[in-house]
Amino acid sequence: MRQSDTDVRPWRFYLIIGLLIVASLALVARMLQLTVVDRAFLQKQGNARTLRTIHIPAYRGMITDRNGYPLAISTPVNSVWINPQEFDANQANLHKIAKLLHENPTTIMKRLQNNTGREFVYLKRHIDPAIGAQIEALQIPGVHLQAEFRRFYPEGESAAHVVGFTNIDDVGQEGLELAYDDWLRGVPGKELVLKDRYGHVVDIVDVKRKAKPGDQLTLSLDHRIQYLAYRELKQTVQDNQAKSGSIVVLDVKTGEVLGMANYPSYNPNQRYKRRNDNFRNRAVTDVFEPGSTLKAFSVANAIASGKYTPTSKVSTSPGYYKIGHRTVRDGRDNGTLDLTGILQHSSNVGMSKVTLSLAPESLGNLLESMGFGTRTDSGFPGEAAGSLPMDGKQDPFSLATLSFGYSLSVTTLQLAEGYAELASGGVKHPVSLVKLDGAPESERILPHQVANQVLQMLETVVQPGGTGTRGQVPGYRVLGKTGTTRIVGPNGYEADHHNALFVGAAPASDPRIVIAVVVRDPTGGKFYGGLVAAPVFANVMSGSLRLLDVAPDKA
Amino acid sequence: MSPIEPLKHFSHQLNSPEKKFASHNIWQRLHIDLPLLAGIVLLTGLGLVILYSAGNQSPGMMARQLARLGLAFMAMFIVAQIPPAKLRLWAPWLYGVGLSLLIAVLVIGTIGKGARRWLDLGLFRFQPSEIMKLAIPLFLAWYYQDKPLPPSKKCLLIGCIALLVPVLLTAKQPDLGTALMLVTAGVCVLFLAGMQWWIIIGLGALATLFAPILWHFMHDYQRQRVLTFLYPERDPLGTGYHIIQSKIAIGSGGLFGKGWLEGTQAHLHFLPEHATDFIFGVTGEEFGLFGGLVLLAVYLFIVGRGLYISSQAQDTFTRLLAGSLSLMFFFSIFINIGMVTGILPVVGLPLPLVSYGGTSMVTLLAGFGILMSVNTHRKLLAR
Repeated sequence: MRQSDTDVRPWRFYLIIGLLIVASLALVARMLQLTVVDRAFLQKQGNARTLRTIHIPAYRGMITDRNGYPLAISTPVNSVWINPQEFDANQANLHKIAKLLHENPTTIMKRLQNNTGREFVYLKRHIDPAIGAQIEALQIPGVHLQAEFRRFYPEGESAAHVVGFTNIDDVGQEGLELAYDDWLRGVPGKELVLKDRYGHVVDIVDVKRKAKPGDQLTLSLDHRIQYLAYRELKQTVQDNQAKSGSIVVLDVKTGEVLGMANYPSYNPNQRYKRRNDNFRNRAVTDVFEPGSTLKAFSVANAIASGKYTPTSKVSTSPGYYKIGHRTVRDGRDNGTLDLTGILQHSSNVGMSKVTLSLAPESLGNLLESMGFGTRTDSGFPGEAAGSLPMDGKQDPFSLATLSFGYSLSVTTLQLAEGYAELASGGVKHPVSLVKLDGAPESERILPHQVANQVLQMLETVVQPGGTGTRGQVPGYRVLGKTGTTRIVGPNGYEADHHNALFVGAAPASDPRIVIAVVVRDPTGGKFYGGLVAAPVFANVMSGSLRLLDVAPDKA
Repeated sequence: MSPIEPLKHFSHQLNSPEKKFASHNIWQRLHIDLPLLAGIVLLTGLGLVILYSAGNQSPGMMARQLARLGLAFMAMFIVAQIPPAKLRLWAPWLYGVGLSLLIAVLVIGTIGKGARRWLDLGLFRFQPSEIMKLAIPLFLAWYYQDKPLPPSKKCLLIGCIALLVPVLLTAKQPDLGTALMLVTAGVCVLFLAGMQWWIIIGLGALATLFAPILWHFMHDYQRQRVLTFLYPERDPLGTGYHIIQSKIAIGSGGLFGKGWLEGTQAHLHFLPEHATDFIFGVTGEEFGLFGGLVLLAVYLFIVGRGLYISSQAQDTFTRLLAGSLSLMFFFSIFINIGMVTGILPVVGLPLPLVSYGGTSMVTLLAGFGILMSVNTHRKLLAR
């Protein structure tokens, strides 16, 4: 041993010990500070990083027809979004994602480059949940999935106008999807979840509010009648090279709409193919002059006045009738006709003479009480009210034109409703696109006998000698009225452009169904309502009566 | 200096006639210091429990860590058999070899994680700076053992140069953490050797003066770390992220923690490096203040035992050596926990014997082997 034991001085040793103690105490103090003093703050910070409240999308209520057949259903899908702040856009990541999404890596890259400042960029919406699971499994930071629902419309274009559609965010945009959006939507749920650094949900900590699914909506439509109506209408519009067509099928007893279709239509399942012009539910949004189809109400007005009976005679010779400087014309000289004959041969002259002999305001009042000039109770978004000249200062010529269906405008639905009021024996049941729970509301518009007399007279229209023989349905007694109106163009009534109309009901002994058909501007040679619209009526009526098991009333 | 030599020596010990009076227990004969061993075993046991959680219960990770631990314990056991006299003899050679390897690293080293720290030996990669953790204390203790104490200025200058050359080589790799440990080890020897106060103060002043120059030579990421330490909220998503997350981990653990395997900061990937440098954050989060204090107590027990061995050593060489190894161990703990709790800047240093990782564990246990050797050969020498 060369060194003494004093070579390391004791005080230095104690100094070191002291230093170690001070250093250790510093660590302990710091730990105390973090775990006791700052604990609440740091805990909150920690939770702020891991705990997230997320919204669980609510299932949108299903829309069904009156028998429970689905017209709009929601199915779960995933949407992929990226947080460009977290996402490492290297080739490996891009290729993996692009491959699963069937997209081009460079398009994804471009979209990210255009949104570098953002924290949320949709990559692809509404993908199959199976592919969503594969993307989740990649565990790429910054790539997230969002649970959503996609709407599917099994009936496609036939019910498209009535049902409408939702946008990509599941919000109603058109039709009943829009009108009943609040009812269908439901309330999204809230969940407190544990998320890891990459934003993936690791655990559900607390369900704060369960997602409340939207309510189901049962429509008054019968999807079989709906499809039949659409198919027949489409065929006719195409065959007659018409611009468009609308058809409404009403339940006489309840006012429920059993079918409502328009052509051209669109496929609500193929969003990118939609054309705005075809979205309109023309049966309620488009108005036209009802022409001769209105004569049924003018006749009802005449009988209700007590001055006329179905057999009251009126001379229509010589086929025209001067009112002041203007002239009302028939197609030919029909000679002397009774009231039934006026209807059967659709005489404008006869109708004008009859109406002008009555109190001037009576026809307007009747039409107003039937619902013309105001929106129906359908609640359909964008429904038109039509117009009814009711200023009380009508000159005789205007009143005469009103009596045969000009100078007012109606929708297809209003026309059908008016006929349903006659067919039900003079009682108005508000129209409804939703299936009714109990008995329908009722309001008497016309005395029972008056309505019945008009119905009998309307039966003659489809009988031999009438204008609407093509509206006949085998096995059933049918009543109805044709109409052929000129379309108003920039220079007044166009000579070569017509609307072909037919409205009617069956079975005549106890009417169940009213159908109104409008074919706009047929250019295929035929344009009379009795030739173009009546066959559609007959085919749809025949099928509907059979589908509803209505007993035949004709041998 | 074949690797077999220590074993030969070991068998020699067992067969020597001294054996019969040598010691009253088997541990003495095996050259194992029981309190130190107990402390280390307890620590590594706790470490494995923490690592199991921090490593997300990866069996592969546990297996590799166990293998490394086995290797490290073997190294400790072998080194413990080498008598201090042999260590004294080898000290300059070891230093020379370590220095050459450090230079070799600069030239032919393997690059990993942006630094040139490793020599690729085919089977495994080897970090020469780790050798220096033992070689520097050995060399400086050897150098000062027969110098008059307190050392002359000339001796101090030589000691400083012997220390600074490997430190600068290591810092150049760059490996700031290890360089810092090497400085600590060297300064401890110098301090224990009786360096004058005015020199200590002077060096401190010089260091402060040179800080701006050092700043100039720092890598960008090192500057970032210093700035982050000074203003952790400066860049909460970037460089300040680590420290904020580890503070949250420890603070949210509270007094008794969230429970084993229940920590969210680590398991949900918020706490970076949670199995390696920042594993103390996991300890705090899952076992709370209590767990942290227990771990610290075990560490301090080991350091205390090392210092006790140093105080009982019978010559300057072993005293300086044991003292500096113990202090180096303490400072590596202090720096790591200080960094994780946010009172020191972030330097890449593992928590000894708990963090996942290899080379430093072997060096560390070899160092404890030296301590054991110093303590268990003491009585033999005394006789």
